[in-house]
Amino acid sequence: MATQEHKSPQRRDDDVADDAPEPVAPSGGAAQVQDADTDDVLDEIDGVLESNAEEFVRGFVQKGGQ
Amino acid sequence: MGIETEYGISVPGEPTANPMVLSGRVVTAYALQQGMRAARAGWDYEDEAPLRDARGFDLARGSADPSQLTDEDDPTLANVVLTNGARLYVDHAHPEYSSPEVTSPRAAVTWDRAGELVMRDAVALLSGPGEPGVNLYKNNTDGKGASYGTHENYLMSRQTPFSDIVKHLIPFFVTRPVICGSGRVGIGMESKKPGFQLAQRPDFFEVEVGLETTLKRPIINTRDEPHAVTDRYRRLHVIVGDANHCDVANLLKMGTTSLVLGLIEAGAVTQDLTIEKPVATMQAISHDPSLQTKVRLADGRQMTAVQVLWCYHEMAEVWLQRLYGSDVDEDTAEVMRRWSDALTKLERDPMECTRELDWVAKLATMERYRARDGLDWSDPKLRAIDIQWSDVRADRGLFNRMLAGGRVEQLIDPAAVTQAVKLPPEDTRAYFRGMCLARFPREVAAASWDSIIFDVAGESSLQRVPMLEPERGTRAHVGELLDSSHSAQELLRALAQAAE
Repeated sequence: MATQEHKSPQRRDDDVADDAPEPVAPSGGAAQVQDADTDDVLDEIDGVLESNAEEFVRGFVQKGGQ
Repeated sequence: MGIETEYGISVPGEPTANPMVLSGRVVTAYALQQGMRAARAGWDYEDEAPLRDARGFDLARGSADPSQLTDEDDPTLANVVLTNGARLYVDHAHPEYSSPEVTSPRAAVTWDRAGELVMRDAVALLSGPGEPGVNLYKNNTDGKGASYGTHENYLMSRQTPFSDIVKHLIPFFVTRPVICGSGRVGIGMESKKPGFQLAQRPDFFEVEVGLETTLKRPIINTRDEPHAVTDRYRRLHVIVGDANHCDVANLLKMGTTSLVLGLIEAGAVTQDLTIEKPVATMQAISHDPSLQTKVRLADGRQMTAVQVLWCYHEMAEVWLQRLYGSDVDEDTAEVMRRWSDALTKLERDPMECTRELDWVAKLATMERYRARDGLDWSDPKLRAIDIQWSDVRADRGLFNRMLAGGRVEQLIDPAAVTQAVKLPPEDTRAYFRGMCLARFPREVAAASWDSIIFDVAGESSLQRVPMLEPERGTRAHVGELLDSSHSAQELLRALAQAAE
């Protein structure tokens, strides 16, 4: 059941395994796909995306969770 | 089975707003709109004595202390049972929707999506004049070090040795993010390294097995709280997964996990797929959208995550063939078909799964953005898209826009989802719970997964109905009884008679 304490993660980002591979853009990836609706999707997102992305991201802060 | 989801919560422009109080507002606002008071149909935390009645119902009188039932002024303890059998409450500074118990992956997806509508309603209620303007997000991290869970629950036999579950489930959980990951911008708990990864949760896991859920998170969680007859059942509490938006990914998450658990329970796992360093491997897999990362098994073999999942698929196929021949039920057949379909496409080119899998849909969209605007993975715009992707609002949530635009596959009819906001599944005890709340909201003093406490006028004591058998209390079992009872009093009397 719910507990109220707020626990912070103990581990830091630096501990992520060093041998983890670099993210790779998949071959034949979306960048090359020229779907007819490509621009539509981006326009649609542009239309609703928070105008100040940096501030929005900075403001999205969550407290403890399972 | 069932899915519990903690939603991310924020008030735009007010990052320091108290999330526990806000989460309480979410629960109370929704409950009020439904004509319930959040503390009225409260939660019964008391554990139940072993069930004696084989029919699944046993009336116990006066077992609850009336002080449990006094209204709580503290909004952070807000808690309500909905007429669909779900629980809506505040957990760890997040509003949480715990779906009712269901018996199929399709139903799990349906009532999980009903939860999205509940949260969307709550956001609308709190966006009016004088309201705080809360936004809710169906995701699992803020990208700054905090993670909150989407937990799956599966009913299992108590007889299955836990060591078998641990041994055969870890390799599956390490590799399944290639199918059911939700995609995330940023590597590491605090996203210090720029990049895209398959899933939201893996960077927050540190050990293989353990009891914790908020720190030192384990791939296999050992919480043993069956909410059912303890001798007979185990509730496997799975904390390693992401919240899914895509129906197909969600269906596969629940369906393939159920099948693997079925294999384990039947002793039908014929291959030892034990992975060396499971935690690091799960993270490496999540960090590699090319899916080429090789998993090193304890026996020296090396294969990709997709190949490991193919092994599970093959074992499930053999097992089902042996059990049912060609007479496999439709739900199972659908999961098997979509599972092999997804693995085939992922092997060929993951981008073929943009309509089915969350991480692929998200990555494809972001790659287009990157190509158009020349954005680096550290660009705040991509992180903003990542967060807003899971905004529950129909107009602002980017996934919801993709869905409305027909760009992702929808498995569940929206009308069925809307219905599931109000109605419980009919084939589990959630039916009895939900119907009691719908029919007799004034008389239900408290409820929990495995009990309902009635406070009936004219009775000097409270009356508790235990529900320790998850497959009792179905429509087939109690539907007629409920239909023919015109008051809670009549219902209780009829239940007592039925139990004799």
